[in-house]
Amino acid sequence: MSTDPKFEFLCRMGDNALVLGHRVSEWCGVAPVLEEDIALANVALDLIGQTQLWLGLAGEVEGAGRDADKLAFHRDVWDFRNVLLVEQPNGDFGQTMMRQFLFDAWHLAQLTALIDSSDKEIAAIAEKSAKEVTYHLERSSDTVIGLGDGTDESHRRMQAALDLLWPYVGEMFLGDDVDAAMVEAGIAPDPASLRAGYDQLVGDTLAAATLTKPDDDFAHKGGKSGARHSEHLGHMLTQMQWLQRAYPDATW
Amino acid sequence: MSSPESSEYDGTEAAPHGKARSTEWPLWEIFIRGQHGLSHRHVGSLHAADAEMAIKNARDVYTRRNEGVSIWAVQASAIAASSPEEKGALYEPANDKVYRHPTFFDIPDEVGAM
Repeated sequence: MSTDPKFEFLCRMGDNALVLGHRVSEWCGVAPVLEEDIALANVALDLIGQTQLWLGLAGEVEGAGRDADKLAFHRDVWDFRNVLLVEQPNGDFGQTMMRQFLFDAWHLAQLTALIDSSDKEIAAIAEKSAKEVTYHLERSSDTVIGLGDGTDESHRRMQAALDLLWPYVGEMFLGDDVDAAMVEAGIAPDPASLRAGYDQLVGDTLAAATLTKPDDDFAHKGGKSGARHSEHLGHMLTQMQWLQRAYPDATW
Repeated sequence: MSSPESSEYDGTEAAPHGKARSTEWPLWEIFIRGQHGLSHRHVGSLHAADAEMAIKNARDVYTRRNEGVSIWAVQASAIAASSPEEKGALYEPANDKVYRHPTFFDIPDEVGAM
């Protein structure tokens, strides 16, 4: 394994998009209404497209002959660098949209900061992705408000989703050596610097949704460092990677 | 086979027969302008809770392949439509009035396609 911090950073960006993209794609054909089904599939496709860019660049930076497909389909759980939030199961539709909102709010802030990256390729990927994610956030925040401030049942489900997922929010803002190296090189922002804006946005949205943010800021961690993923990621990868596992190096 | 009314599971929230579920979203007709200068064209319909959501859903359902630069959403119930039964009175009187078509003029070549 490469220990180049830039490679690690690119894997984190790519794996977030890949794992969430796959999770969202699991709704294809079974979403509550046709319009949401198509919208979710569009979001999933946007994220998979972003994955190709991030992991493609990661492969180039690593210089070991691995392309985006190799990185996506030939690594096992411990080599993934996504935050724990995105690997959490879909649950009901409300839980999926709450996870999407909590991630989108961070994702857009991160991409917006990356547009000013000292690395031109990273800045270009961020600029393209930010347009897509702006729409993702608009959609997910509207849904969180609509369902949170909806019926008794939808409110109850959204509050339960928030209570369940809130402990996975903190990890997105925890910095480590990789982040410090990125800050030093002017490539990426300090994760902690995004927290104030995030809390403002999420606080406003949750207030409009009549939802109560949990007091406890305990944060599960270990996803972006790869130290300890939740048990859900391994199960997801057996689905996502089964073809390459069953027929190694199969092509179209 | 027992009908839901006589079912022992009468505590469920099943909708009564014959009524639209109260959770059903209104129907919207969607119009999209393909490029600047052209007019909006009807492309289909969809369900949405409100106008804003109708625009978002239209964006996802009907502009995935770069079809449009502008979306209109109109709630289907707000559209007034002519009745098919009146088509005789409405349209047939125009059949024998060919002089209403501008086919009796010679158009100069310089004008080009019209």
